[in-house]
Amino acid sequence: MTETAATAISLRGVERRFGDVAAVDGVDLDITEGEFFSMLGPSGSGKTTVLRLIAGFDEPTAGTIELSGKPVQRLASYDRDVNTVFQDYALFPHLNVIENVEFGLRIRKVSKSRRRQLAREALDRMRLGAFERRRPSELSGGQRQRVALARAIVVDPKVLLLDEPLGALDKKLREQMQVELKDLQRNLGITFVFVTHDQEEALTLSDRIAVFSDGKIQQVDTPENLYRAPATEFVASFVGTSNLFDEEHSQRLLGLNGMYTIRPENLRVSSAGDEHAGRLTGTVRNRMFIGANHRTIIDVDDIEVSVLEPADSPSRSLGEQVSLDFNESDVRRLRADEQSAAHVALD
Amino acid sequence: MRIPLPVKAVLSIIVCAVLAFVYVPLLIVVINSFNSSQSLGWPPKSFTFEWWIRAFSDRGALSALGTSLLVAACATVIALILGTLASLALDRFDFFGKESVNLLIVLPIALPGIITGIALNNAFTTMLGWKLGLLTVITAHATFCIVTIYNNVFARMRRLSGNLRDAAMDLGADSFTTFRLVTFPQLRSALLAGGLLAFGLSFDEIIVTQFTAGTGVQTLPIWIFDNMFRPGQAPIVNVIATFLVIVSIIPIMLANRIGGKAATGAP
Repeated sequence: MTETAATAISLRGVERRFGDVAAVDGVDLDITEGEFFSMLGPSGSGKTTVLRLIAGFDEPTAGTIELSGKPVQRLASYDRDVNTVFQDYALFPHLNVIENVEFGLRIRKVSKSRRRQLAREALDRMRLGAFERRRPSELSGGQRQRVALARAIVVDPKVLLLDEPLGALDKKLREQMQVELKDLQRNLGITFVFVTHDQEEALTLSDRIAVFSDGKIQQVDTPENLYRAPATEFVASFVGTSNLFDEEHSQRLLGLNGMYTIRPENLRVSSAGDEHAGRLTGTVRNRMFIGANHRTIIDVDDIEVSVLEPADSPSRSLGEQVSLDFNESDVRRLRADEQSAAHVALD
Repeated sequence: MRIPLPVKAVLSIIVCAVLAFVYVPLLIVVINSFNSSQSLGWPPKSFTFEWWIRAFSDRGALSALGTSLLVAACATVIALILGTLASLALDRFDFFGKESVNLLIVLPIALPGIITGIALNNAFTTMLGWKLGLLTVITAHATFCIVTIYNNVFARMRRLSGNLRDAAMDLGADSFTTFRLVTFPQLRSALLAGGLLAFGLSFDEIIVTQFTAGTGVQTLPIWIFDNMFRPGQAPIVNVIATFLVIVSIIPIMLANRIGGKAATGAP
């Protein structure tokens, strides 16, 4: 992203109501050209509805949507320069792989030989050259996924919308496809708008992320900032693991007014009575080995605090008295959520 | 599941009895169409093609056959168009009273033919002031033919991913092109199955036809009914009946094979 990059997609006050329910409730958003932008949130948070509004499968009940500076909210999807990769791939079952990929070119009246050539290039890019005669039903999930991608990019869109495209794949394949998607986006240099409920996936892939909850955007930021400085309670709990302290707990533990959060890895544990005794003392309640780390749950004044310690940290027995320390800069103040209704169980 | 042998034997006998009850009379009709005795004495004494030759040179029978084919074809075409449009609309849009409309479309298949017949007869002659004839028969048949098309197409639409239409439009196809290139190809086999079933239903319909045909129009089933007890016509009726069995079975069999799991509207 350069600083002069133009805005690819711009949403202002976008709202989509279904009866009394606002699936999307006043969303403002600017997505820059060439950006890998993710919309992250739990199911029902409005992220997919926003995607469908950008694609043109649905109309906003209020607000404007601009693509490259032109308002499009009343344009049909076939008049918009964006293409979509669907969650269930939506490959045409009566057409074989290459006919599926050619579909958009056929609509654009590209000559037969030219469209075959373009479709083959797109399939080769997806390493599907050998499968062009197969029916979608004869392909694996990962292959279908790549056909759907080839079909969308072959028409050379300015923006590619991806609706949880990796949701149906198993873990290993998903990780492999994440790398491929990132490479593809870099090579094509077009804007990707990626919808996912998987925070890890969003953090790994994105240039920027918008966190959705209850039809509203909680925060738009780079993955690092989102992780390091979550703006609201919802973001702190949804992105990564966090210790969340409500007003009462903050007062008791930290002597601070308001809502605060601190990441488990930013807490340091030492044995009680150590000369570097920390600010807090507590009792070890639980300790779990989770590969690279130990997760230790410490009871401080009846408040459970989760700490991530390196695997080689000294062993701790249950009931042991420990002291906790942290840098003040790692304690983050949180705003109330954009909509009060969102209360997500703490991790 | 393991079934005890005696139960198995009893069940087999019941199945055979039921099948025999249905198919032996049909077989007798077929055999009698080759029976040389004009009074259809049983058992048949000798074999003849005479009735088949006479049947296919019988003007009344042939013209009735032509009428039946014409009526069935026209009713099927009307049903294909209206049934498809209705199911697409009900699949695509939500509106007040949708379930009631759905019921109203399917109801004619459940109504006794005699009710449909009386109702249509009244509507045509008194309300619309139409003269009963070919047109009224075709219209009447279309009312129950629509159901088979509607049911088949509707069931198919339910199985289709709504995203397919979105995907086509996303790639630049307008509504009509989307229908032509994506929706219609998905519906083709459902339309064929529904159409064959509709054709079969219309072809052997007699009650509604009686009430809506007037005097000038004679379909094949009505011709059979009129000639059944005329002296000397019985063997010819057997030939026509045999012919009808074949003509009716083929489309139903085809529809079954094509439609597969698709819901049929058969009564």
